Amino acid sequence: MKRRVLALLGFATGIFAGSVVFRRQFGKRRDRVEVYFDDGGMISYVDGAPEAGTLLDAARDALQAARR
Amino acid sequence: MDVAQALADLTEISTQIEAAVLFDADGAVEGSTLSDERAAAGLATAAAQLLDRAEALRSAESSVTQVEAALGDGAVFVVRDGARRIAATTVANPTVGLVFYDLKSCLRDSAGSVQPEESQPEKPKRAPRRKADDEA
Repeated sequence: MKRRVLALLGFATGIFAGSVVFRRQFGKRRDRVEVYFDDGGMISYVDGAPEAGTLLDAARDALQAARR
Repeated sequence: MDVAQALADLTEISTQIEAAVLFDADGAVEGSTLSDERAAAGLATAAAQLLDRAEALRSAESSVTQVEAALGDGAVFVVRDGARRIAATTVANPTVGLVFYDLKSCLRDSAGSVQPEESQPEKPKRAPRRKADDEA
């Protein structure tokens, strides 16, 4: 009985770890901007958020200028 | 250390950094790893814009010290120290903490050639130990 529970627990752990690896490897990463402040605070804006648009535009301009 | 040397060290240390530019509050380029001056100016202008727009998002007294933008095909970093700024572009999915550390080091190393003694406040001197304390 104990062996069966352990096997089931191992199987479940394996499935969970596999799904995490799969999502990290193949999941689509969204563009984002992280802003750090002098009081130690940080705000993250993900593409699609109203504030992210202008920040991501400037970042794309910067990347384009450097790779021109 | 002068600006050119600090930038050369930066690109030598960090293989993830593709290009970097040092600029001031007005967007004037102090130095760059890019050979094309127009590209360096473009990067500085866009980075200054990124910083200004990030600043505008928060109305509190706290100011923006650094920004990281992760895009699909690369990332953009901007670090500010007073009036001086450094911006860099990197490959996709860089080691964020390491890049920030390298950029801050570059900014600090190059500061000596621009502002000699302003950034480091003088440390208070420790009072000498009295002999009586040692004997007690």
